Amino acid sequence: MSAIRIESLSKTFGSVRAVDGLNLTIEENTIFGFLGPNGAGKTTCIRLLTGLAKPTSGMAWVAGVPIGAERQASQRIGYLPEEPAFYTYMTPLEYLEHVGRLFKIPPNKRHQLIADMLQLTGLTEVKKRRIGGFSRGMRQRLGLAQALINQPEVLFLDEPASALDPIGRKEVLGLIGQLRGQCTIFMSTHILADVERVCDSVGIIHHGKLLVKANKNDLLYEYALPVLELESENGQANQLAAWVDELSRQIVIESFKINGNIARIVVAEIGANRSRILSSILQSGLALRRFEVMIPSLEDVFLRLVNAEEHQP
Amino acid sequence: MSLITSIRKELIELARTSRLLILVVVLGFFGLSSPLLAKYTPEILRLVPGAEDFAFLIPPPSVVDAIGQYIKNIHQFGVLLALLLAMGMVSQERERGTAAMMLTKPLPRSAFLASKFIALSLGFFLALLAAGLGGYYYTLVLFQAVDVGAWLLLNGALLWIVMVYTAITLLFSTLLRSQAAAAGLGLGVILVFSVLGSVPSIAQYFPDYLVVWGTSLLIGSPQINPWPALISSLGLIFLSLMVAWRVLENQEL
Repeated sequence: MSAIRIESLSKTFGSVRAVDGLNLTIEENTIFGFLGPNGAGKTTCIRLLTGLAKPTSGMAWVAGVPIGAERQASQRIGYLPEEPAFYTYMTPLEYLEHVGRLFKIPPNKRHQLIADMLQLTGLTEVKKRRIGGFSRGMRQRLGLAQALINQPEVLFLDEPASALDPIGRKEVLGLIGQLRGQCTIFMSTHILADVERVCDSVGIIHHGKLLVKANKNDLLYEYALPVLELESENGQANQLAAWVDELSRQIVIESFKINGNIARIVVAEIGANRSRILSSILQSGLALRRFEVMIPSLEDVFLRLVNAEEHQP
Repeated sequence: MSLITSIRKELIELARTSRLLILVVVLGFFGLSSPLLAKYTPEILRLVPGAEDFAFLIPPPSVVDAIGQYIKNIHQFGVLLALLLAMGMVSQERERGTAAMMLTKPLPRSAFLASKFIALSLGFFLALLAAGLGGYYYTLVLFQAVDVGAWLLLNGALLWIVMVYTAITLLFSTLLRSQAAAAGLGLGVILVFSVLGSVPSIAQYFPDYLVVWGTSLLIGSPQINPWPALISSLGLIFLSLMVAWRVLENQEL
């Protein structure tokens, strides 16, 4: 049975189609990464699924319950927005107590669950401190605790680690990883490394449209075009960029990304084009430190799909 | 159940953010000080240099002055506090994102809204209790005992009026994003009601008319029918909360 089923879901704001005919099914107890650049429609989609917004057209079911049906699904979902907001005058203990009461969890079970959630998120030590003084990472962890207090069937996480420093990100992603198999997680992010680290399946959204949805490994395999990575000598970044531009006129480049003096290029037929690329480098006078054919990362797949969508007529 | 949980949260918020303290202190102060002001204002005026010649024009203070002062102060500050405390109750929660966190939980939007109204009304009840006790005590000490039943009814009427303005401001707080705009519209309603309420033929239908009724009970003037004002006030509270609920129900957070 699917935990989330979305059929032709659309949401428009004036002339902007934030979500455009989305069709998606997410299996139970999997971690789904909803990937897309900023403004792609990820947050709008989560707001639709959690009942915070109403669709313009289409339908969706969360844990078998249609969205908007008197918000019946609220008992069975957990939600962590990108920037969780709390009653800052409360302590984590009081906040979780308040949320637990809203879910009508019996007192004994509620107290046990609160203790467990505080333990899981590492907030036991600060459970009696006012939330107002919490760091962003601590707020995010409390956000995760409140989203889990009702032991949800489906957990919606909107950019759960985007605003965190590397340590905070590692902690939060670690927590999400620990939940694997316990509930279905729908996690939106624009950070590909996060998806690569914890997700089982991936959906890529761009301009409100779902470009692809697949198992993470299948996706990498399906779009497994080799990636050419070149590193020029320091001080040749501009020359490297100019060369990539020149190369794109000579052969078909699927996508590329230049970061300083490192260029990652996805070429359709690398075997046939290898000699042309090498001779082009020689002609440009670029001094290379490294020339390597690599296995593509999710980022390469993402860039390739998004670029293809951008260049569609 | 979720309504009680939400009221509990609102009461904690009132207490922790010092709003309850402000309510009790402000209304309590004016409750205590009104009879004092009524008693000593003529004395103070007589002490003003040059006012000796006109001292005979100032009538000796009476219990009616004390009651009048009490009603004027509590009514004005009560309504003003209702406006200030209710103006951000919904808009601020929506703006900060706390409403979205709560309303994805099994908390109906009607309970979210009703809990704010009930909690603030309870806050005003406590504040008016303090004001009423203080005002009654000082009136007794400085003037004479007033009828306890009539005093309670007068304070009940004041609470009722404050609840009307609380409900109206909550509606504006739900409709508008800005707290200031909600307060501005609330102030506009107060002005419109006070202007229309001064027209004798329709005055009895406005909430503030209940003050006239309460005063008449206390000073023993001819009986006034409070029902038109009571029913219209109840209608205003009900209508404001119902519209606010429907608006919130359809709002995207």
